[in-house]
Amino acid sequence: MGNFTFDPMQFVTNLKWMGIGMLGVFMIVGIIMGSTYLIGYLTSRISVKKDNSEE
Amino acid sequence: MKELLTLFDGLVGFFNVGGLKMIAMWAIGGILIYLAIKKEMEPTLLLPIGFGAILMNFPGVIEEVADGVYEYHFVGETLETLYNAGIANELFPLILFIGIGAMIDFGPLLTNPKLMIFGAAAQFGIFFTLCMASVFFPEIKDAASIAIIGAADGPTSIVVANALGSNYVGAITVAAYSYMALVPIIQPPVIKALTTKNERKIRMAYNPQSVSKTTKILFPIVITIVACVFAPSAGSLIGFLMFGNLIRECGVLDSLSETAQKVLANLITIFLGITIAFNMTAEQFLSVPTLLIMGLGLVAFIVDTAGGVLFAKLFNVILKLLGKPPINPMIGAAGISAFPMSGRIVHKMGLEEDNQNFLLMHSIGVNVSGQIASVIAGALILGFFG
Repeated sequence: MGNFTFDPMQFVTNLKWMGIGMLGVFMIVGIIMGSTYLIGYLTSRISVKKDNSEE
Repeated sequence: MKELLTLFDGLVGFFNVGGLKMIAMWAIGGILIYLAIKKEMEPTLLLPIGFGAILMNFPGVIEEVADGVYEYHFVGETLETLYNAGIANELFPLILFIGIGAMIDFGPLLTNPKLMIFGAAAQFGIFFTLCMASVFFPEIKDAASIAIIGAADGPTSIVVANALGSNYVGAITVAAYSYMALVPIIQPPVIKALTTKNERKIRMAYNPQSVSKTTKILFPIVITIVACVFAPSAGSLIGFLMFGNLIRECGVLDSLSETAQKVLANLITIFLGITIAFNMTAEQFLSVPTLLIMGLGLVAFIVDTAGGVLFAKLFNVILKLLGKPPINPMIGAAGISAFPMSGRIVHKMGLEEDNQNFLLMHSIGVNVSGQIASVIAGALILGFFG
């Protein structure tokens, strides 16, 4: 079992993790979002081309 | 006669190893079982956890290891085998993720990918709680493990707390699942406190663009690649989640998809619940840190909800500057991940304000993006402190 204490200064010390963490989440989610838009764009282009060739 | 007396070993041992604390743990187990059966709060997990908590708190067999020196073999020690086989090596949570992936329809998210940003914003509670927990827990691995309760996702909490070697895996898991069950009670007051009636009435148009089958198949593959490249610690969790989703969407594995959603998920849930209780011995659980963890878990859920709603309000300011129609800020709260309760709560609150305000597709889209974002947040925590 670990120890526990009361050290309010730790909140300030660890604020950097809040900034880095949220930035990291937004960056990776942003990349996933971009990839999703790209998938949607490419698949819709392919289906349009298919439709045109069928006509 | 001697053999007959061994029948009472359990009773003798009970008073030798702190029986009152064990009775308190039976009461906690009983409360969890009551909440599961009577209040239907996450019964699939709270019931096995509650029963396991009772099972773990019996002295069991007594063995004389030396003259006058006795060793107690606790009844629940048998759970150790399951714990080592399924939780210590993260197997159960990962397999459960296949089932969860098979249950999720990413359609609403694929129709409107920008909703993902709200899933990211609602992870704020995790990092805020990390700072809060570090005030009380000097070991950063414990503070980080407690913070991940804010992921509102049981398997992620278990994986992260285990991987970081936290001393409080049992309490963290119970807090995570308990608050997930309490989402319908926790979220509405926070949402109401941060939004006006007019904001809650905002309607959002839904354009059900048909998402092609190719898109639905490519999505889990591409997301796995992106996660493995940019957040390798999330590789296994996202990979198993997306594998389950690929089984669902490929269209040729309906039988496997059904098995993953029902049989596999149920089977793992049974073992996961009772095995988590391995960490719920009186000695480990009945302590001030456990109470602190419960409190910090609640803080994580509240700040997650607030973060999502406030980010959506900020988003509205930008939309106003761009001359675009606003979004309903309540959908930000659905980024908390607790799927699908959170999405449904937002939809219900929208209908309460205006019976023609249908937010379900938007809130579910944000909710599934929260599922992905919470795993990414867990991976980042592992990357920082693992």
